[in-house]
Amino acid sequence: MTAVAVSELDLRQIEQFLYREARYADEHDYDAWEALWTDDALYWVPAGADAVDPTSQMSVIYDNRSRISTRLKQLRTGKRHSQSPPSSLRRVISNVEVLSGEVLSGEVLSGEVLSGEVPDGQVPGGEVPGVEMRGGGGAETIVGANFMLAESRARGTEIWAGRTTYRLRVVDGEIRLAYKKVLLVNCDQPLPTLAFLI
Amino acid sequence: MTATVRGTAASMPRPDYATLIQSDRVHGSLYTSEQIFAEELERIWYRTWVYIGHASEVPEPGDYVRKSVGPQDLIMTRDRDGGLHVLLNRCAHRANLVCEDARGNSKSFRCPYHGWTYRNTGELIGYPYRQGYEGNGKLDLAMGRVPRVDSYHGFVFGSFAADGPTLAEHLGAAAGEIDRLARLSPDGQVQLNAGWLKHRTRANWKLLAENETDGYHPQFVHSSIFSVTGSPIAALYSDKSSAVTRNLGNGHSENDLRPEFRNFGEPMRWFGTTQARVPDYVARMREVHGEAAEQILVEGAPHVMIFPNLFIAEIQVFVIQPLSAGECIQHSTAVQLKGAPELNKRMVSQSIGSVGPAGMLLADDTEMYERNQRGVAMLQPEWLDLRRGLHRERVDERGLTIGTATDETAMRGFWSHYRTLMEAAA
Ligand code: FES
Ligand SMILES: [Fe+2]
Repeated sequence: MTAVAVSELDLRQIEQFLYREARYADEHDYDAWEALWTDDALYWVPAGADAVDPTSQMSVIYDNRSRISTRLKQLRTGKRHSQSPPSSLRRVISNVEVLSGEVLSGEVLSGEVLSGEVPDGQVPGGEVPGVEMRGGGGAETIVGANFMLAESRARGTEIWAGRTTYRLRVVDGEIRLAYKKVLLVNCDQPLPTLAFLI
Repeated sequence: MTATVRGTAASMPRPDYATLIQSDRVHGSLYTSEQIFAEELERIWYRTWVYIGHASEVPEPGDYVRKSVGPQDLIMTRDRDGGLHVLLNRCAHRANLVCEDARGNSKSFRCPYHGWTYRNTGELIGYPYRQGYEGNGKLDLAMGRVPRVDSYHGFVFGSFAADGPTLAEHLGAAAGEIDRLARLSPDGQVQLNAGWLKHRTRANWKLLAENETDGYHPQFVHSSIFSVTGSPIAALYSDKSSAVTRNLGNGHSENDLRPEFRNFGEPMRWFGTTQARVPDYVARMREVHGEAAEQILVEGAPHVMIFPNLFIAEIQVFVIQPLSAGECIQHSTAVQLKGAPELNKRMVSQSIGSVGPAGMLLADDTEMYERNQRGVAMLQPEWLDLRRGLHRERVDERGLTIGTATDETAMRGFWSHYRTLMEAAA
């Protein structure tokens, strides 16, 4: 991949990044997937349709960088039974929109990611947030996309679908993922086991 | 659905539970037969005390929250005087669902179909176009109600049977475990207000109930996460552990981990932390409990399965909702302790990491449940073995049967009570 400058981050580059992230997840390429994240990463799958505070309410996944690492280490043991054998996965990402381009994120707020309030890049009834002040410094681009994912395993086939909000940042000339929120269309319903990377 | 299932049950000879459930083994059909599931609904789920919800989910007058027991859709409400009610979500007119919202606050519910309106106690207040019935606006109809509702430390239970043992009789020795949980709150109050994860599970509910206090599996099912995090939990469920598995009677059971924690004698070790990291909490506990605080802080929270559907696993609460012989839903949340803000956020964070569809523990338990359900459909060897530790069971000072940390004492207690209920007269 060629290095990109902040000002060059256009839709085409963004899409290429999202597709790559999706392919790594589909193919259980845990090392490559992990390398996409920034150090202050946040990976969130809310439960229930309400906009809630994930530090006081249950989520399906609410991983900071260290917990992403733990999750991947568990998968790499090969004894994560719910992913051993791994699900066969393919997802389609569409309706990619840049929701807010290249805003300057705030001062370094390390260590606050799990305890502080997390801006989620979406507001009820609307889509585009204002300037987002969070993260390890540098310019952030907020991107929204829809996805549809087929999962096959011995238990049967599941169709997963939802809206993903990404925050992308250029670090050392490469696009990195600082934040990924996956709002499942059925997040308020009973969900089957979700042990793969969504 | 229930009517069809009941019809099936009535038209077939009853299973012989004395043959299917023996002291050292149980028959595979107990997990696969829809006829047995229909009988379980009648004889267990719609008769004995079952956990419904927590009082902290409806703190204010007018609050309501949707709950479920098996396929029954329920509304737990708090009336203007603070009383708790559990209504069946069904209109007395033509059976529409009266309430579609998951929770809210309202004095009344209005059925969307023809506008019949009910008080949050289930009483019919009125209906549109009064002249359509005799009786001048009054009809002798109401929403269905769970006839007996009682609570213990805010845990609300209901029984669909008008008569039977009291909740206190049903809980028996398990009540002390709920006491232990409540005592961990400086204010003596548990709250279940962190929201629920709902995990769809293609397995019979009894596989879950049995697994909750199975101390044999963690080393194997959870080795992936234990090895990665260096978790001390693994040692609690080893052959060398001093923890015990206790049959609490009435189908309830626990893994009593206190002997292990007493060996260490370290406050907050049960929570995977040290007192230095939660200073305000331990200070408040010592203020409230004086000298007794040390024991409470060392021994920690219970790990107890309350028959048939409530599992308190230290800092998490699970509710099992059976849907059919082969499917159920696990509802899970983090325990919240009133007056312990330092612990509460940690409990939410740890619970998110551990439980629910993506949980680093429960996704693997659930994988086992689902494979177990497929396995039990195989024709041979027909039986599930329950003998582990039978030769070394003891009776403790309270007269309760105990086994070692990895023994199947809890399962044997579960099945003994199950058989009693299933064999009882209709
Ligand atoms: S079914 Fe409820 S008003 Fe008719
Ligand atoms: Fe387990």
